[in-house]
Amino acid sequence: MHALLTGPIFYLSLGVCIIGMIVRFYQYFNGLSWQLDRVAYKQWPARGFKGAIRSIYKWLIPYGTYGWRAQPVMTAAFFGFHIGAVFIPLFLVAHNVFLQEKLGISWFTISTPMADILTWIAVASLCLLILRRLVLPEVRILTDKKDWGILIMSMAPFVTGLLARYQVGDYSFWLNAHILTGEIVLFAIPFTKLSHVFLFFASRAQLGMDFGIKRGGVRGTKMAW
Amino acid sequence: MPEGTLCNKKPVDTAEGITTLLADQSGKTYYEEMKSLDIDSDLLWKTIQNTCKSRIRTWLEICAHCGMCADSCFLYLTNDRDPKQVPAYKIQSTLGEIIKRKGKVDNAFMLHAMEVAWSQCTCCNRCGTYCPHGIDTGIMFGYLRGLLYQQGFVPWEMKIGAGMHRVYQAQMDITNEDFIDTFEWMVEEYEDEYPGLTVPVDVEDADIMYTVNAREAKHYPEDLAEAAILYHIAGEKWTVPSKGWELTSLAMFAGDWAACKIQVDSVYDAMDRLKPKRMVGTECGHAHRATVVEGPYWAGRKDGRPPVESIHYIEWLAEALREGKLKIDPTKRIKEKCTLQDSCNYVRNHGLRDVAREIVSYIVEPGYFVDMAPNREHNFCCGGGGGFNGIGYFRKQRNVGLKCKRDQILATGATLVLAPCHNCWDAIRDLEEEFEIGIKWSFLKPLIIGMLDIPDHLKPEPEE
Repeated sequence: MHALLTGPIFYLSLGVCIIGMIVRFYQYFNGLSWQLDRVAYKQWPARGFKGAIRSIYKWLIPYGTYGWRAQPVMTAAFFGFHIGAVFIPLFLVAHNVFLQEKLGISWFTISTPMADILTWIAVASLCLLILRRLVLPEVRILTDKKDWGILIMSMAPFVTGLLARYQVGDYSFWLNAHILTGEIVLFAIPFTKLSHVFLFFASRAQLGMDFGIKRGGVRGTKMAW
Repeated sequence: MPEGTLCNKKPVDTAEGITTLLADQSGKTYYEEMKSLDIDSDLLWKTIQNTCKSRIRTWLEICAHCGMCADSCFLYLTNDRDPKQVPAYKIQSTLGEIIKRKGKVDNAFMLHAMEVAWSQCTCCNRCGTYCPHGIDTGIMFGYLRGLLYQQGFVPWEMKIGAGMHRVYQAQMDITNEDFIDTFEWMVEEYEDEYPGLTVPVDVEDADIMYTVNAREAKHYPEDLAEAAILYHIAGEKWTVPSKGWELTSLAMFAGDWAACKIQVDSVYDAMDRLKPKRMVGTECGHAHRATVVEGPYWAGRKDGRPPVESIHYIEWLAEALREGKLKIDPTKRIKEKCTLQDSCNYVRNHGLRDVAREIVSYIVEPGYFVDMAPNREHNFCCGGGGGFNGIGYFRKQRNVGLKCKRDQILATGATLVLAPCHNCWDAIRDLEEEFEIGIKWSFLKPLIIGMLDIPDHLKPEPEE
C-alpha cells in the first residue's frame, strides 16, 4: 500500500494537478474577451500588468486591504490556515526528503518547531472557519455540501499529518492516510473549488487589469484596495 | 400567453410603441402580462454559451461562499442583514441557477430573478472591491440584466427608457429640435444678466463639445443655462451638437446592449463630425460611465477610449477653478456644514476620487466640509443607482435602501450635500422627502454661479 501511494499514485496525482492547473490557467486567459469583459487588455499591457500585480499583491498581505481590515477575525483565520497550507506542504523537512527521493529536487525547509506551530495554527484556523460557517447566517445561507467536502478534504492531510507526527496509535496507518489524503487534494485541485489555489491569481489579475486599464487606471488612479 | 401585447421579448423601437407603453399607467397591464410570459430556454442557453466566458464562469465557480461580501452591500445592511441580500447569494441563486439549469427556468423563476436584478443590486460594484477572489457581483448583475431583457423580464420604465434611446437617442422623448430650442430659449432668459451669452450649436473644432442629460432639457432647463453661463465666464470655446447631445443611457440599466450601442454611437458620431478637442459631460454619474467608460466597448473601439478625450463635468470645473478661468469670491464661499456624495460610477468605477474634493477646497470655507464615512472608492451607493430610482414597481425596496445614505449624511452633521450626479441628486432629494432629516442638496453648477467673481467686462452695463 505504502509503495503504491508513494509510487505511481504520487506521480499520477502530482501530474494531474500540475497539468490540470496549466490547462485551466490557459483556458482562463484564453477565454478573456476584450469586448465581452469590456476591458482593452491587449491595448494597454503595461497598465494591465501593473493593475494585476497590485490587485494580487495587496490581497496577499494580511490586513492589507479594506476588505481584510473590515473583518479582522475572518482575516486571522484565513491567513492562519492559508500560510500553513502553503508552507507546510512545500517546506516541511520530511516533505523535502520525500521530494528529493522521488523527483530529485528539494529546496528551502522550515524547522520542525516552526512547522508544528504553523500546523496547529492552520488546524485551529480551520476550526474557526468551520465555526463561522455554522454560526453566521450570511455564511450559512451560502454553504452547500461541496463547501463541507472542500473543508474536510483540506483538513484531512493536516489532521493525519499531526497524528503521524505525534505517533498516535499506528504510525504507518496515519502516514499512509496522510499521503493518501494529500494526494486526494492534488487530484481535486484542478476540478473543484480548490482550483482557487491558482485561479485566485487569475481572477485577481483580471479585476486588477479592469481597474488598471478601464476603471480608474485611465485617470492614473490606483485602486485603493 | 406566450407574448403579451405590451410585455414581450421585442424591444420597443417606434414612437408609437413608446406611447402605447406609456399609456399603460404604472405598467399595470405590462406586469400582468409578464406573469404569463414564456421563456425561450434555447435562446437563453445559446446566449449564455456565446457570451458567458471564463471571467464570469470562473467567478461563479471559485466563489468560496465565505460571505465577506455581505457587509459591503448597502442593501444587505439596510434590510436588517437579511442573508438573502448577501451579494454572493443573490447572484448564485439567479444567474448561477440559470446556468446550472442550462436555461431551463420557468416564469416564476424569471420574475424572481428580475426582482433581484433590479431591486437588490444597483450595480455599484462595491462588493467587487471587498471580495478576496476579486469577484465583482455588480458586473454579473449587469450581465444578468441583459439576459432578462432579452427574455422580456425587465421593469416597465427600463423597457421604455431603452426604447427612448432607440427612437430618440435620448432617455426621454425629446427631439433634437426640442433640445436646441430649449437650450436657446434658456440662454435667452439669461442674456440680460450675462451679455454675450450664447449657445454655440454645431461649431467645428471647438475646445469643448458639451453633452447633457435629457432630463435637463425636459425638467431642469436652468441647468443648461448654468452650463452656458459657466463656459461663457470661463471664456471657453465650446459647442453643443444638434445631434448626439445625450450622455445618458437607460439602455445600460435595462441591459439592452444593442440600444447602448445606438446611443453611444450617436455621441461618437457627433465627435467625428465636429472634431472637438475634448468632450465634457454634465454632472451625471451613470452617463459618464455609459459614454466614457463602457461606451467605447459597445461601439467596438479596441482601445477602450472614446474618439476624443472625454471628461466629467467635475474635471472641467476643477481645472477651470485651478487655472483661474473661474474665480470664486472668497466672501461667498459655503459657510455651512456640507458633505459630498461620491458617485459610484465615476469615483469607484473611474478613479475620480479627489477631483470633487479639489473643487470643495475652492468653494467651501475651511472647516465646513465633512467627509462621509466611508468615502471615495469605498463610499456606498446613494441608494438609487442602476435604475433603482426610476422603477415604481420597486419603490418600497428603494426607500429601504435609502436609509444607508441617510445615516451616512446624518453622521456628518451636514445640512448641505453636494451631489454632482443626477441619480445621487434624486436619491438624496427622495430621502429628504421620505425621512425629512432637514438637508439641502445641490449640483455644483448653481452653487458655483452664486459665488463667482465675474470680471467687469462680462457684467451687464449699469442702467443709466
